[in-house]
Amino acid sequence: MNGKGTASMTAITAPAVPLRQRLFRPNALWLAAPGIAFLAIFFLYPVLRLLALSVQDPATGALSVATYARIANTDVYLQVLGITFKIAANTALFSILLGYPLAYWLAGLKEGLRERMVLLVMVPFWTSYLVKTFAWMVVLGRTGVINSMLTGSGLASQPLPLAYNEFGVMVGMVHAMVPLAVLTMLPVMIGIDRRLIQAAQALGAAPAQSFWLIYFKLSLPGVTAGGLLVFISSLGFFIVPALLGGRRETMLAQLIITQVQELLNWAFAGALAAMMLVAALVTVWIYDRLFGLSSLSGDTSAQDGGPGRLRLLGLAILRVVAKASAVLADAVRRVIGTRGTRRLLPIYCTLALMFLVLPTLLVIPIGFTSSQFLEFPPPGYSLQWFETYFSSPVWLSATLRSFGVAAATAICATLIGGLAALALARSNTRWGGLVFATFLAPLIVPRIIIAVGLFYLFAQIGLVATDMGLVIGHTVLALPFAFVTITAILKNYDWRLDQAAAVLGANRFKTLMLVTVPLVKGGLVAAFLFAFITSFDELTIAIFVSGGIKTTLPKQMWDDMILQLNPTLASVSVVVFVIVTVLLLLAERFRRTT
Amino acid sequence: MTTVAKNGGTTPKLIIEGLSKQYGAVTALEPTHLTVPTGEFLTLLGPSGSGKTTLLQMICGLVEPSSGRILIDGRDQTQTPVHQRDIGLVFQHYALFPHLTVAENIEFPLRMRALSASEIKQRVKDVLKMVQLDHLAARFPRELSGGQQQRVALARSFVYQPSIILMDEPLGALDKKLREHMQIEIKQLHRETGATIIYVTHDQEEALALSDRICLMNHARIEQLGSPHEIYAHPATAFAADFIGISNIFRGRVDNSNGETRLATRHGHFRLPTGASFSGAEAAIVIRPEQISLGGGNGNTVVGRVTDAVYAGSETRLIVDLDEGETVIVRLPPGQPTPGYGERATLGWNPDAAVLVP
Repeated sequence: MNGKGTASMTAITAPAVPLRQRLFRPNALWLAAPGIAFLAIFFLYPVLRLLALSVQDPATGALSVATYARIANTDVYLQVLGITFKIAANTALFSILLGYPLAYWLAGLKEGLRERMVLLVMVPFWTSYLVKTFAWMVVLGRTGVINSMLTGSGLASQPLPLAYNEFGVMVGMVHAMVPLAVLTMLPVMIGIDRRLIQAAQALGAAPAQSFWLIYFKLSLPGVTAGGLLVFISSLGFFIVPALLGGRRETMLAQLIITQVQELLNWAFAGALAAMMLVAALVTVWIYDRLFGLSSLSGDTSAQDGGPGRLRLLGLAILRVVAKASAVLADAVRRVIGTRGTRRLLPIYCTLALMFLVLPTLLVIPIGFTSSQFLEFPPPGYSLQWFETYFSSPVWLSATLRSFGVAAATAICATLIGGLAALALARSNTRWGGLVFATFLAPLIVPRIIIAVGLFYLFAQIGLVATDMGLVIGHTVLALPFAFVTITAILKNYDWRLDQAAAVLGANRFKTLMLVTVPLVKGGLVAAFLFAFITSFDELTIAIFVSGGIKTTLPKQMWDDMILQLNPTLASVSVVVFVIVTVLLLLAERFRRTT
Repeated sequence: MTTVAKNGGTTPKLIIEGLSKQYGAVTALEPTHLTVPTGEFLTLLGPSGSGKTTLLQMICGLVEPSSGRILIDGRDQTQTPVHQRDIGLVFQHYALFPHLTVAENIEFPLRMRALSASEIKQRVKDVLKMVQLDHLAARFPRELSGGQQQRVALARSFVYQPSIILMDEPLGALDKKLREHMQIEIKQLHRETGATIIYVTHDQEEALALSDRICLMNHARIEQLGSPHEIYAHPATAFAADFIGISNIFRGRVDNSNGETRLATRHGHFRLPTGASFSGAEAAIVIRPEQISLGGGNGNTVVGRVTDAVYAGSETRLIVDLDEGETVIVRLPPGQPTPGYGERATLGWNPDAAVLVP
């Protein structure tokens, strides 16, 4: 019987057949090469160059710390630095505080309902900062919606100072950032197994205790990630403080713009940018030490709560908070009843969603006003401001340029980002993490730094005030969105279909064109639309790169808003809002049908 | 490209020479030799991790071998890219293209081979008829049942008449009844087309039902190769006996005292089948449940207590715990009086009905 078996045969050594050399094999990772090269030239190099400028003597090019000495010796600059940190930190704090219950509520909804409700967060998230800020100027201004209601009803004898101070800035910033906080926390919360709460309660924990000790603890990676992203984004803000703040709310980014645009002081702008970047990187570093960067992507499995003693302290604090809030919850329940407490969360979330959506919606009727002023409610309706918009060559050419640039950007970003996503999906390499980080980096580095760095580079190679320069700059910013969208789609793609196509006789190119691309089409369209929106309402790069008559729509809005508010801005805002919202809803639809 | 000398006028469809696969320190397949004649239905059978899927994927080119050669129709295809290898593969989860209709899925390999439109049409029509799906040609895969999807997958790999058709646990996702039905259909397709089929499964019943030959794999190597009957009746190893069918295995020492060669186990000394060859001092005998009968007098006997009697219509299955602490399974034909739970039973078998394995 042993002779039948081939056990003895397998022992024979196989003829040594030299296999193809592995060194120059076409590796899928090469598909990321165009994107990496693009980011190296138009992202890494300009940013590093700008930082280098800050330690160079402008005249001789020698190493010099004179610029930093000047900053350290000037009170004004130190104040601006302090203000920037304070506003960014407060924005992060309030965005998390206001956003957490909303994210908690959304995470608990049934999937279908949740997807619809999340759109109410997505729309304000993607709505242009300019439109949102314009809305708040209309709402909070001296003759704005709130003040005219207060004085009209006699509740206040004279208008309250709601805008052009810290309050105005905080309202605008928090409104702009709550969606980011919610959208970062949401995936982590959805990932929490709600049966753990039931288990905790079965083991004797009061509802409030089980929330703090289990749910809140497990949602912490989302909270810290949300706080981090909001803080970093806020550091580079200038639209809101410039338009809703006073002199005392000047932030770092505004200072950089002044230094570059009015004083052409590159060394100084570089130093300020370096300080902002260092602040951002230090924050990320501390975050990484405490929580690990992996939790940024919603991966809760690796978290262990950081160093041992810190973890125990954290748990002790949580236990105290849990106990206290259980007592408090009992008291509240006794006053307003169980049914009443159950309604608290939906009521809060309705108010929060109104806070996010209503100000922008308010702009729509104002765009159709018959008045010469920004009044609410409008005394009558007319299309005169749309006529002004559509008959103005300046506005029209800006609009057309924005469309053209956005379309070109979307094509470039989808192509480059798509190839990179494909590269990561198809190659098992230890460089994967680095490639991933490279493509996400433009999202972390404040836009103002990228913009100033690109301006310096473009000035040298003659790309300032060109559409090409705009497309390049916008592609840098849009790449992360396209890349992440396509990566997510490819993650769910069944690669066996590609194998099947290969077995059936299709080569790599035919497989890609006949099988892969048709099947991930929805994700590609979504990536295209997200990139389009990113470019369409991009202001920071446009401020520097679109010069003179070659202006884009957001740049034109910005110039007008700084100069003088007028109802044309409302009608332009309506157009921008509608376009972006329609594109966003389309993108979400495509993303989901894949 | 190597041409192998034709022996007896027919070149084997597939020759595998010393094929192996290493993933770092892990051996997925030790150097393996295998020859498959044209038109054979060969099953790669084994537990998960035994190397059967790795072998299959190397044959079709989805996995690159660490060493060795693959010859198809006498030509070395080791370095041929997947899409030029002209092999059919039926995936476990079908891998039907969800954006293409049934007909378009089946057309796909023909279009890749740039066949004429009329030829494509005719072939698709024929193959759809063969799998009885002519009426569903315009449907999308998601509109079909599991069994129908499976038939589309089969049609898609038969339609271009590849030199070999590989099937990777194609019925794994179907329920038992449908699985048995599809086994008959696959068998029928094999008969009608005369295709050479290599079929991967971990289901031994499926392997016994379908195969001309079974290639039993374990621990990244071939354990035994032979017809279903050979492997069932003459397992080469205890693993083979245990994996295929139900076996009672008694391990022991070969004992030459008293002038007769016997196996000394803790249940006593057992007489060996006549002409059994063995090497080494340790061995085991394998007895199939249907070879054991109640009562002694048949040569070898063991004694134990009945812990379960399962009535299964065509037979009654008896579970007997031996006094020395092992369990024996016995199949009794219907109508025979069976001892009840807790009763003592003496079991016996003819020494020649057992198989000695190393």
